[in-house]
Amino acid sequence: MNRRAQLSALLALPMLWLIGIYIFSLVMLLVTAFWVTDPFTSKVKPGFTLRNFEQIIANPAYATTSLRTLGIALAVTVLSILISVPLGIFMAKVASPKLRAILAVAITLPLWAGYLVKILAMRITFTEEGFFNSMLGPLGISGPGFSIVTVVLTLTYLWLPYMAVPVYTAIRQLPPNLFDASSDLGAGAGFTIRTVVLPLIRPAIIAGSIFTFSLSLGDYIAAKFVGGSTQMIGSIIASNINLNPPIAAAFSLVPIAFVVIYLVSVQRTGALERM
Amino acid sequence: MRSKIMTGAAFLAVAALALSGCSSDTDSTGTAAGGLSIDVPDIPMLEELGEMESEVNIVAWSGFVEPAWSDEFTAETGCTVNRRVAGTSDEMVQLMRTGDYDIVSASGDASLRLIAGGDVQPINLDLVPNFGDEIVEGMKGQIYDTINGKSYGVPIGRGANILQYNSDVVTEEPTSWDVAWESDSPYAGQIIAYDAPIYIADAAVYLMAHEPDLGITNPYALDQDQLDAAIDLLKQQNKIVSEYWADPAAQITSFAGGTTVLGTSWEILRKLTDDDKFKSVLPEEGSTGWSDAWMIAAESQSPNCAYAWVDYTSSADVNGAIATNFGMAPANAAFCETSDEAAAHCEYFNATDEEYFSNVWFWTTPIEQCIDGRTDVTCTNFQQWTDAWLSVKS
Repeated sequence: MNRRAQLSALLALPMLWLIGIYIFSLVMLLVTAFWVTDPFTSKVKPGFTLRNFEQIIANPAYATTSLRTLGIALAVTVLSILISVPLGIFMAKVASPKLRAILAVAITLPLWAGYLVKILAMRITFTEEGFFNSMLGPLGISGPGFSIVTVVLTLTYLWLPYMAVPVYTAIRQLPPNLFDASSDLGAGAGFTIRTVVLPLIRPAIIAGSIFTFSLSLGDYIAAKFVGGSTQMIGSIIASNINLNPPIAAAFSLVPIAFVVIYLVSVQRTGALERM
Repeated sequence: MRSKIMTGAAFLAVAALALSGCSSDTDSTGTAAGGLSIDVPDIPMLEELGEMESEVNIVAWSGFVEPAWSDEFTAETGCTVNRRVAGTSDEMVQLMRTGDYDIVSASGDASLRLIAGGDVQPINLDLVPNFGDEIVEGMKGQIYDTINGKSYGVPIGRGANILQYNSDVVTEEPTSWDVAWESDSPYAGQIIAYDAPIYIADAAVYLMAHEPDLGITNPYALDQDQLDAAIDLLKQQNKIVSEYWADPAAQITSFAGGTTVLGTSWEILRKLTDDDKFKSVLPEEGSTGWSDAWMIAAESQSPNCAYAWVDYTSSADVNGAIATNFGMAPANAAFCETSDEAAAHCEYFNATDEEYFSNVWFWTTPIEQCIDGRTDVTCTNFQQWTDAWLSVKS
């Protein structure tokens, strides 16, 4: 058997998956964006119209929701970085091997629980008479209830492992003598982190942020269960998928655009090559 | 108000009849003055029953399909019952279009869309012996399940969307929906609302009573100005809402967890909280409601099991069990005479009290044709409602 045949046999399955299932369904989705919906039965008919896009521009609800979702996704990403970096440094450089193992398990363990279970757990935690208020109520602190804040907290809880694991791994791979050299030259801990650690783990942070950002952008179950009246891009798509699938398809271009813009800007920094 | 419902229904019925006269051809224009252009695809009706299949897949409201009565059905017929609970009519319509389900418990707003979309088949009532004279007056031959003289649905029951409240917080029984709509509500921030475009009709019912100048006579026939007014009211409510619910479990935990103290609900959800402090009331403005019917998918894989299920659940006992479990008025009035508890249930839910239901506006899909009989304006259709609904929450 020649090499070429071998290679194509090897690539057949992934290519079938990528093109046949992944790309094809995406293209079908985008094509649907130009189709029309029967106003009475909500049935979709093939055709060509730009009305769905016009509606998205004309109705300000789409724009405000897009911006809100973008804000939520960015907030989740920033919060995940703020938690992951100190945690990663502590685990990799300070903690004893035993504690390190415990922490590593603690971070990855939530990944084993069902997604919906975790969201419902957050729902119970933040309900008016829930865990949060009953624990902190005596201190005079009351929880955020079901709001955007809770959505950000819940999404951070859901996606933190995707940031914490690569960041921890990156810090762990930093040679210890860099820290020694830095302190020999008189740098304090903060200065070392800022000038030595952060630049070196930037690819890991960016890799993690791609997950936290794009996963948050597409989520709507969190908004539904802990968001109160918070509406995200996914909420609109989910409610339209029943009633007006073409407009849902048209609107799904917005998160795709956000992610593409994000990836392109990340790529310009050169971080993707080092991922 | 009742007369107005009847006018609307009669109007639709006439229009539908007119259509049946001229739609034998593929081209059903319905351009005659006030003609309704609902083009109903021709789907054959089952003539006789055959062998039972092995299973039947049902899309239903929560509480309609329970082991308490579905196990016996399986034992009798050999059809395994697979249930899928849906939270909104829109979800039901979409699920039925996947072709994976044989039966749906469709409310009025879903049923018209399903019939016009060719998703459900006409029902041969001869094959449903339990469907008889005992069906309550208000549910016979309604426009949303009978078109062109063909029946598409077998009634299950009807009821109102009630105002549920936590009597620990709301100590006095509310008499009006104003506690759920007005900015100065003492319960601002603790109100729950339904998460579907059809909820616009709830705002319209409130406006009908409080803003008579708008001239709303049917909450499902809104012209653009009236729709805008309803949306403004919904936006006002958005500021005092704790949550929107489409998922029954979320609604129950919202009440039980104290996040919500009052809002729109169904009787079964109140019962599921399993706590007597949650009470319900039908406020003086009336309310929206639903009148549900079993419908069989046009492409059903198990039509015999489906017919068997529809017949089984139409008997006085099973229909009564569903009605009792869900907390609604049963379609089969014979149930009311089976026992004292049954009679009390029928009394409480006003099963045969058409006067009571004149205050309840059953879900209907809004269409351009004003179903309140106006011909000088165009009404807003459901796509416009869907689009307007998005602006409420942002």
